[in-house]
Amino acid sequence: MRNIMYAAVGLMMTTATAMAAGTPYHEGSATIIEPTDERNPLAEVVSGIDFRKSMIREMQEDEFSNPGMIVVDYGAEIWEQVDGTAGKSLSDVWESCAGMDAATAAVSYPRYHDGAGKVISLEQQINYCRETAMGAEPYKWEKADMLGMTAFIRYQGNGEAINVSIDGPAAATYERGKELYYQRVGQLDMSCAHCHEDNYGNYIRADMLSQGHINGFPTYRVKWNGVGSTHRRFRGCNGNIRATKLAYGHEDYVALELYLAWRGNGLTVETPAVRQ
Amino acid sequence: MRIGVALIAGAMAFSMSAHADTKFVKEDGLVSYMITDSMAINKSLTGAAGDAANGRKLAINRKKGNCLACHVMPIAEQQFHGETAPSLYGVATRLSEGELRMQIVNAKVTNEDTMMPSFYRTTGYNRPDKKFIGKTILSAQEVEDVVAYLMTLDKDE
Ligand code: HEC
Ligand code: HEC
Repeated sequence: MRNIMYAAVGLMMTTATAMAAGTPYHEGSATIIEPTDERNPLAEVVSGIDFRKSMIREMQEDEFSNPGMIVVDYGAEIWEQVDGTAGKSLSDVWESCAGMDAATAAVSYPRYHDGAGKVISLEQQINYCRETAMGAEPYKWEKADMLGMTAFIRYQGNGEAINVSIDGPAAATYERGKELYYQRVGQLDMSCAHCHEDNYGNYIRADMLSQGHINGFPTYRVKWNGVGSTHRRFRGCNGNIRATKLAYGHEDYVALELYLAWRGNGLTVETPAVRQ
Repeated sequence: MRIGVALIAGAMAFSMSAHADTKFVKEDGLVSYMITDSMAINKSLTGAAGDAANGRKLAINRKKGNCLACHVMPIAEQQFHGETAPSLYGVATRLSEGELRMQIVNAKVTNEDTMMPSFYRTTGYNRPDKKFIGKTILSAQEVEDVVAYLMTLDKDE
């Protein structure tokens, strides 16, 4: 009986707020794709930008007003810079070290890498190449060099469809990511799914929930007054529900990142995205 | 409906009381309570009446109830009301005081999958931030204040 009542009230509310939301998703103008894999629990796959209002969308789409472009430009500069004992730049070593060009890498990470012997994120691939092929110090995770380099590499694939692999040697990491996605955490006792799977398109207080995809990372956030990584976002979502934040690069965050990237396979790369 | 109780039993001490149709819940440092067969906690946790005006404040407060994060409520001065949960307009005409108390104390007893936090429970959490370990979101009296406020919501609009 109670459940029937929720459904009725819910339906009324959805219609009422659909008008007020003013996002492409609510107005029916969002780019909606079908999942590329039948294991994907989402019936429709929608980029986070289609849940944002026009001001944010215009900022993202116009490269001259997109504040994230400065970070991409900085990345382009250090991509060519020689650093380390081998006298090489990342651009010199990337293809042989990562095993693919930058544009392909932009749509393929996290990914199992033979040299590393595990699934690694783009940040970890960059540091792997710096240490093994350049003889250079690893970059610190959430610092300007790493954000610039990841933003630059991802930008090489801007507009291309994300296509990460969860099979073969990546399977166990995918399973772990899936487990984490549905695990309740924190004193508020919620999983990612409660917000991003069950309630996308609904407001949670003042925030319109999206599907929580990562196709726009590194992302410029007005709240951050700068660009941040996926792991920074995970730490934010964990903190909001009063859960411990994991360290940047934690293997569980890499697993979650792989799982999220896969749920969004087929979405195009939108780095640097803009969010409030 | 009853499944929820069995599933969370691992986290808390449940014991059958004299009546086969009630369950006794006791967590360290918290007031213990009885859940009736109709999934209600009929007795006030503190024995005292709640303060409805304070309950309304707790519903708005982002660090306390933050009920507005998910529910639409008759609180016109607040701009943002969530829509991930049913509206609480007229909720007192649908649920009894004891059912409302159950919903606030631990909503997982009636729906193990619910998104709604358990406002008076300290055990069974994964990775809680250390600031909140062993703490409830609301105190026993704050639960009573929120229940008293919800009991005033007897109109559908
Ligand atoms: C209490 C609700 C809530 C929970 C639980 C939650 N998030 Fe979020 N998340 C948000 C809100 C609000 C935003 C900002 C609006 C949006 O894009 O959804 C957000 C944004 C995001 C974004 C950025 C999306 C974009 O397009 O910019 C990602 C990625 C994300 N969350 C991942 C996660 C992951 C992973 C988890 C689980 C570990 C999680 N979230 C749990 C509320 C939540
Ligand atoms: C994170 C979201 C969230 C928060 C915060 C939240 N609730 Fe809920 N609440 C829900 C959901 C979802 C339901 C629907 C029932 C279910 O999931 O089992 C619900 C159901 C209810 C119900 C039953 C409604 C009915 O018509 O039967 C009441 C009463 C209620 N909530 C009160 C509150 C109060 C009071 C607060 C603040 C102290 C609160 N909720 C905070 C998500 C939330």
